[in-house]
Amino acid sequence: MAWTWFHRLASPPYVYALAARLTPWFAWPAALLIVAGLYGGLVVAPPDYQQGEGYRILYVHVPSAWMSLMVYTTMAVAAGIGLIWRMKVAHAVAASCAALGATFTFCALVTGSLWGAPMWGTYWEWDPRLTFELVLLFQFLGYMGLRAAIEDVQRADRVSAVLAVVGIVNVPIIHYSVEWWNSLHQTASVMKLSKPSMPPEMLIPLLMTGLGFTLLFGALLLVRLRAEVLSRERAASWIREAVAGEAVRA
Amino acid sequence: MMEFLEMGGYARYVWSSYAIVLVAIVLNIVWARRALKRAQAEARRRVTMRDAA
Amino acid sequence: MSEGLTPALEAARLVMARDLHLAFRRPGEVLQPLVFFAIVTTLFPLAITPELAQLRQVAPGVVWVAALLASLLALEFLYRDDAHDGTLEQYALSGQSLTWLLFAKTASHWLLTGLPLAIMAPVAALALGAPKGSVSGIIASVAIGSIALSLLGAIGASLTLGVRRSGVLLSILTLPLAIPVLIFGARATQLAIAGEDIAAPLYLLGAIDVLGITLAPLAASAAVRISLE
Repeated sequence: MAWTWFHRLASPPYVYALAARLTPWFAWPAALLIVAGLYGGLVVAPPDYQQGEGYRILYVHVPSAWMSLMVYTTMAVAAGIGLIWRMKVAHAVAASCAALGATFTFCALVTGSLWGAPMWGTYWEWDPRLTFELVLLFQFLGYMGLRAAIEDVQRADRVSAVLAVVGIVNVPIIHYSVEWWNSLHQTASVMKLSKPSMPPEMLIPLLMTGLGFTLLFGALLLVRLRAEVLSRERAASWIREAVAGEAVRA
Repeated sequence: MMEFLEMGGYARYVWSSYAIVLVAIVLNIVWARRALKRAQAEARRRVTMRDAA
Repeated sequence: MSEGLTPALEAARLVMARDLHLAFRRPGEVLQPLVFFAIVTTLFPLAITPELAQLRQVAPGVVWVAALLASLLALEFLYRDDAHDGTLEQYALSGQSLTWLLFAKTASHWLLTGLPLAIMAPVAALALGAPKGSVSGIIASVAIGSIALSLLGAIGASLTLGVRRSGVLLSILTLPLAIPVLIFGARATQLAIAGEDIAAPLYLLGAIDVLGITLAPLAASAAVRISLE
């Protein structure tokens, strides 16, 4: 039946084992793509006619920013699924996203600041996209803080899920901020599917690092998910077999 | 090679950006694996305690 | 009028009347955030400069940040007493729409905090060098904006219902959501001080209000139910 795979995803032991098997399939391609992409971005791609070599920060800044939005969206969607269908696994997914999302957001802000310093002449500007990206960081931190403040895991899951879902409004705000306001940021040059305005030698390494970061998120999510699933299954019998034979390696 | 490291004068911006992101990635890998190991150790401990009870 | 109301609205009306009644018995609680607002706005001329010409530049921001902080403090009494004596649980168990009941609580809370802030704000602004003509614009912007602040604050308060000493966490959760309100509200105040047309930011604040009125009580009631489990 087409739905059995979905039902199986609600089963913690199944997810625990599946995540273990899937992790290398995410981790190694991620490593490859990131290394290749960064090499392409640093060495192969030609210098920009306006920004010279300085634009190469793009290859870590843009994937970080993409990931910050993608991770929050994943977190909010998983939280919503957990709330609506009362799936422990969905809540575990949401919990696994938070630290990583905060990291990507932090990286996006810092690399953006380091890029802006020589280009715009300032380390920080209160322009809409930067400001709301900073708000996103506060949202991740607030989510983690709320989780930590509630002792009961089930309640922490569900209360923080409401917070995650309510906060999703910021994601479209960040994305469309460059269109809605006059911003220092440039408008979309990659997401225009018709004709991206970057030459392929610049674009391809960016897509590689972008995909690489996504797979990296996947791999790390799977590792953390296993930890979260384990910690939610206090007395379940499947844990015995699962951890007994396991050597102490991820 | 020197030109590569110089990055057209933008060296400290480009290299510190890359360094920060790579450190952040490595830290997250370490933290994730540590979280899993801790959860597994905790689960093992609970199983042992239940067996002993 | 009352005969025509549905049970949910009737219950909401009763909750609102009760909250207002109880608040009038304890005026101190309602006045404290306003006093806080006054003190905070006083700090800025002391810390920055007493020159009115310069203060006028920062007046919109100062008024709005102070209003934001005052409403955060005021959120403490939104649920505190009802959660403490079990009334909130009764609301959840009553079979009436918790969404409507919490909307009623938020509405009465706004009448007790947001509306008075809207009246005090122009006084503070005048003290910071704003011209007399800006008063009506400032009242409008703070009145409309504070509705959104009350609604967002209700969400934050619902989320932290079960948390001890939740004051700082409540602020951390609510402030990011309140930033658009701050931006548009301060902009409206700034335009009012400059004597220009404030329609645009007021419309945006109104839009946020409408969105908030529709969605915030829903989110709040979901969070309250979870916290009371």
